[in-house]
Amino acid sequence: METTQFTVNGKSVEFQIDPQTPLLWALREQLGLTGTKFGCGMALCGACTVHVDGDAVRSCVMPLKAVAGKQVRTIEGLSSDRSHPVQRAWILEQVPQCGYCQSGQIMAAVVLLRANPHPSDEDINDAMTGNLCRCGTYQRISRAIHRAAKLSAGEAGKP
Amino acid sequence: MKRRTGALRTLFAGAALLASLGFYAWASPAPCESDLSAQERQSVRAFAAMAMVLTHPRCLNCHIHGDAPLHGDEGKPHKELNIKRGPDGRGTPAMRCTNCHQSENATALHAPPGAPNWQLPPPSMRMAWQGLNTGDLCRTLKDPAKNGNMTLAQLYRHLDEHPLVLWAWNPGPGRSIPPLSHEQFMSRVREWIDTGAACAQ
Repeated sequence: METTQFTVNGKSVEFQIDPQTPLLWALREQLGLTGTKFGCGMALCGACTVHVDGDAVRSCVMPLKAVAGKQVRTIEGLSSDRSHPVQRAWILEQVPQCGYCQSGQIMAAVVLLRANPHPSDEDINDAMTGNLCRCGTYQRISRAIHRAAKLSAGEAGKP
Repeated sequence: MKRRTGALRTLFAGAALLASLGFYAWASPAPCESDLSAQERQSVRAFAAMAMVLTHPRCLNCHIHGDAPLHGDEGKPHKELNIKRGPDGRGTPAMRCTNCHQSENATALHAPPGAPNWQLPPPSMRMAWQGLNTGDLCRTLKDPAKNGNMTLAQLYRHLDEHPLVLWAWNPGPGRSIPPLSHEQFMSRVREWIDTGAACAQ
């Protein structure tokens, strides 16, 4: 069986499983990183969003062979103590309801804020539109992204 | 009796002439193209065959005027996820085309198709031919200001080799392919270019 090597949250990993296996299975089943969720399995809901070389990809449809040599980051790798500005903003705004989609939402929001540190409501809608939330927490997600933008810029608490 | 037979013969000959003229008008390109040379007519006919491929949903779904790509054989707007072209044709932050579209097709029915560097043309060069008639499509395709600054030779290479073009003939489950094979299509492209890349009016 072919060996696939890449980096997950800063650690090099190797897999000797079918290279067509979706990245999500390797993360959850092989590495035990269960913060990333299986939603639809067809890249339609965003629950499985992780970062691959900085992009917010749907790990349920990305085959392992496409990740070879790349840097993968999951929700577990965002911070060791929930101190990432987006995680802090999520807690401050009490975003989750059931929570199932939230790791995907957070990973997408991180990519948005890196590309656009001060997004408008429209920018947020455009970027987050592919991450579905059946609890309908969209307004809180939007508020948390604005808040994370301020936290990142050190503007929290300013008028 | 002889005179009646002669009159009938004249009548039949006239009818045959009218019928053949009618067939000629039906089978020929638009009347204003009757001034074209034989070579230009051949070129126009070759492009008409190319147009059957270029206006197939596999091509047309991304060669659009607006900012939301189309998808499926019905050409439905990709709006269920509010997909947008973005500043470089590759989507918006956190909604890049390649977030879902991998470098090859997903195997499951209705899962995202894939090819290397999945994208729309950028907004600065939309290469849009949605809604154009065959003549306008032809002029758009060979106009460097509208085709991505390509010469005809470069256009040939693009149609012959570009992974997103080739994907049209390997679109994954549940998607139709263009009515000509890629080989047949390229032979008509060659014919169109070699005969002067003429366009219908």
